[in-house]
Amino acid sequence: MSKTITIDGKTIPFEEGQTIMDAASAAGVYIPHLCHHPDYSPHGSCKLCNVSVNGRICSSCTFPAMDGQTVLSDTHELNEDRRRITQMLFVEGNHLCPGCEKSGNCQLQAVGYHLNMLDNHFPHFYASREMDASHPDVLIDHNRCIFCTLCVRASQQADGKDVFAISGRGINKHLIVNSQSGLLKDTDFEATDNAAHICPTGAILAKRQGFRVPIGRRTYDHKEIDQVSLAESGYRPNTTLIAETEQSQYDE
Amino acid sequence: MTSKIRVATTSLAGCFGCHMSFLDIDERMLKLVEVVEFDRSPINDIEHCSSNCDIGLIEGGVCNSENVHVLREFRKNCKILVAVGACAINGGLPALRNFVPLEECLAEAYLDGIGVENPQIPSDPELPLLLDKVRPLHEVVKIDYYLPGCPPSADVFWKFLTDLIAGSEPSLPYELVHYD
Ligand code: SF4
Ligand code: SF4
Ligand code: FES
Repeated sequence: MSKTITIDGKTIPFEEGQTIMDAASAAGVYIPHLCHHPDYSPHGSCKLCNVSVNGRICSSCTFPAMDGQTVLSDTHELNEDRRRITQMLFVEGNHLCPGCEKSGNCQLQAVGYHLNMLDNHFPHFYASREMDASHPDVLIDHNRCIFCTLCVRASQQADGKDVFAISGRGINKHLIVNSQSGLLKDTDFEATDNAAHICPTGAILAKRQGFRVPIGRRTYDHKEIDQVSLAESGYRPNTTLIAETEQSQYDE
Repeated sequence: MTSKIRVATTSLAGCFGCHMSFLDIDERMLKLVEVVEFDRSPINDIEHCSSNCDIGLIEGGVCNSENVHVLREFRKNCKILVAVGACAINGGLPALRNFVPLEECLAEAYLDGIGVENPQIPSDPELPLLLDKVRPLHEVVKIDYYLPGCPPSADVFWKFLTDLIAGSEPSLPYELVHYD
């Protein structure tokens, strides 16, 4: 007999070794997340994917599914927590979306939309953060980094390189580049690396792509992140719809 | 006869784009003025808020001492105060100067910048003093509602005001929420 958990009352099968996030995505249940990506080992740092498992709060992207678990995810309380966490990410960095090339394709922003986040609630840090535009094809804007470590993991696990790392603790936490100069141009990083395309925000951007897709015709302008995310993790409720929208971004 | 709902509006450190977008409700404005009367607003040049405003719509963040005074006047006289647009909510593009010390900003604009003639920092006592950083509204006064967008679309204004006027809790559906 196959093992199951319930998420918000819905019975969901899982295979041994799957996390709650894996099982949920495979069954078409979206749990908000930022540092999780199905292709890489989980990191469990952003806490957006927090769910209640038998009454205790855990990160669903790291917590193994076990037979009979009662999981709550889409509750008012958990979504309020998620909104506060997202607001903290916005005030800690410098997220001026109208001037950001990632706007409309940004997962951080899309999670804000999904949670109906209308304000940033907290006082803004306006922290002074640098840009690294040294590399010929890719730039790093540290103002928008949320320390999800996806670029670190993609570089190590998919590219067989070790271009990025997170350094420092707490408010001093920051993304570093593994080269003597600390500049991206002095690494073996290439625009074709997986790490060049994994950033959920506008912190790592390909150069010379600005406004190739106009604002208003970008991924999350018309589709919610739950559909997009489930499609990316392999769930196929309505394949043609998604393929069409992706294509239409580049038409004209 | 019930009296009309009094709406005041202003632009602080903003570009008037939010006001332009508000005017994009076009002919719906005629419907609106059946139930709404404009108080202090750049639309009619009334200079100060009456003490009984119902709704205050504020575009732009706070960048100088005058902005602070105007914002406090609105808070004092409006029952419901609304931060309208990206700049009011997070400082927006004017907040880009927050990453450059104020002295350097002034020097670049008035002393060392390309094409500056007769270099001097303006110091007329009539000029409001600049704050060291541009700040969003909620860091200065209590804000009741937020309308994100750069600018929020005309439909956002319409949805929000018609909800409020109908006496229901304003809400913005997914399609109306944008930060850009
Ligand atoms: S990274 Fe995303 S949230 Fe941050 S400014 Fe860019 S679009 Fe906005
Ligand atoms: S640069 Fe992007 S992918 Fe890397 S840690 Fe920062 S937000 Fe994550
Ligand atoms: S997605 Fe699970 S902690 Fe970030």
